[in-house]
Amino acid sequence: MIQKNIQLDSQGRLRHLLTIEGLKRQMLMDIFDTAESLISVAGQSVKKVPILRGKTIVNLFFEDSTRTLTTFELAAKRLSADVLKINVRTSSNSKGENLLDMLRNLEAMHCDMFVVRHAESGAAHLIASHVAPHISVVNAGDGRHAHPTQALLDMFTIRRHKGEFAPLTVAIVGDIMHSRVARSQIHALTTLGVSELRVVAPKTLIPPKVDSLGVHVYHDMEEGIEDADVVIVLRLQKERMLGAMLPSEHEYFNCYGLTSEKLKAAKPDAIVMHPGPINRNVEIDSEVADGPQSVILEQVTNGIAVRMAVMSMVLGRPTMGNPTTGVDD
Amino acid sequence: MQDGQNNNEVEQLIENMGQQLASRISAYAKDQFLMIGIHTGGVWVAERLHEILELEQPIGTLDISFYRDDFSRIGLNPQVKPSKLSTAVDDRHIILVDDILHTGRTIRAAMNEIFDYGRPASITLVALGERSGRELPIQADIVGKHFDLDSHEHVKLTGPEELILSITQAP
Repeated sequence: MIQKNIQLDSQGRLRHLLTIEGLKRQMLMDIFDTAESLISVAGQSVKKVPILRGKTIVNLFFEDSTRTLTTFELAAKRLSADVLKINVRTSSNSKGENLLDMLRNLEAMHCDMFVVRHAESGAAHLIASHVAPHISVVNAGDGRHAHPTQALLDMFTIRRHKGEFAPLTVAIVGDIMHSRVARSQIHALTTLGVSELRVVAPKTLIPPKVDSLGVHVYHDMEEGIEDADVVIVLRLQKERMLGAMLPSEHEYFNCYGLTSEKLKAAKPDAIVMHPGPINRNVEIDSEVADGPQSVILEQVTNGIAVRMAVMSMVLGRPTMGNPTTGVDD
Repeated sequence: MQDGQNNNEVEQLIENMGQQLASRISAYAKDQFLMIGIHTGGVWVAERLHEILELEQPIGTLDISFYRDDFSRIGLNPQVKPSKLSTAVDDRHIILVDDILHTGRTIRAAMNEIFDYGRPASITLVALGERSGRELPIQADIVGKHFDLDSHEHVKLTGPEELILSITQAP
């Protein structure tokens, strides 16, 4: 689907964020370092930095989302950008205006960034390849393809707890088939170089050829999470799961629902993650979701810092003069 | 590189600054003060002053990258460090420490950032070195050394083990 890496500008800096694929390890580390510096903004009494003052960011959501939309909006506001939310389902899209006309109109309003969420894979990429040169696009989830900021915030959360990636065993449990989050996580974890990456799911929820991405496939839950440092539980995407992929939710919970009993197979200091929203007692037991090893709410908090980092890096590319870290006064 | 100063001379400058600061703050209780260093050189100087003055509150550090006024020209500093202000700023007397005071823009940015953390009782500005070329009406209260330089000359502090002030010619 992606012919060339249009994510980077001529100097190799991040211009759009569409997918983790094709990004170098150092780029991911730079995003984490910047996010680390932005964490402290939430501790200020004025929870803002002025860095994107005067920039306009448009959240273009063609698909429902609460957490992603909210954290993108908060992230932009904490960077002092002006934020506009367009729920495309209710906009002139329904009056027959086509997508590119809509983009041209937003460009004419001098917007600087589009944050795009769409049910079709490749939508953000399509938009990025058609926008004016001064506009950046950030993918907030496209179909089954990618959800790069979610994967980045997950990696950032792992780094904050575990430090180095190299020694880690990470298990991703659940609906790999329908999950753009899983795809992005697999690309990120591979790029960051974890020791072992496993996916754990019934055969019907594992996409074909997933092992070509360098992951080990497990169908037994306890074998799959044995000695893992990080257990990532995915949401069972009921709305995308038409047909008979699973006998029942109850049966799924029995085999793949993460309970504290099953979690004992992982390392004692393993962290449990979930991108949300949670189906309690379907893929994860409440006792685990709310338990001491869960970092699920931290992921939400970290999501703001990571999205702030991405936006400030993408819009913080020098537009004039020589790029320099500056001679300080 | 010329006019290199050895460790002892910079440490001596800091020692003198510490004495001036001590007499300045003696009227107040030590827990009312919060020393804040500006990344990177200002933090090195602040750490030494903090030790000399035996202040109670841990040192705060600021990276003003997110507050720079030239963001759209030079972009985001890829080496931005976290700002750490664990002590509340509200009603404290801030001792703001930088290595070299030049245009004054860093101090403007630092003060903006401090005010996003709270409302300090006062801010005292301390600079190890001060040079010509001010672009804003900002002056230091305590200065270690004055440099009279041409616009093509730069003065720089290197560290952190051994602090050295050196003057370089811009290419």
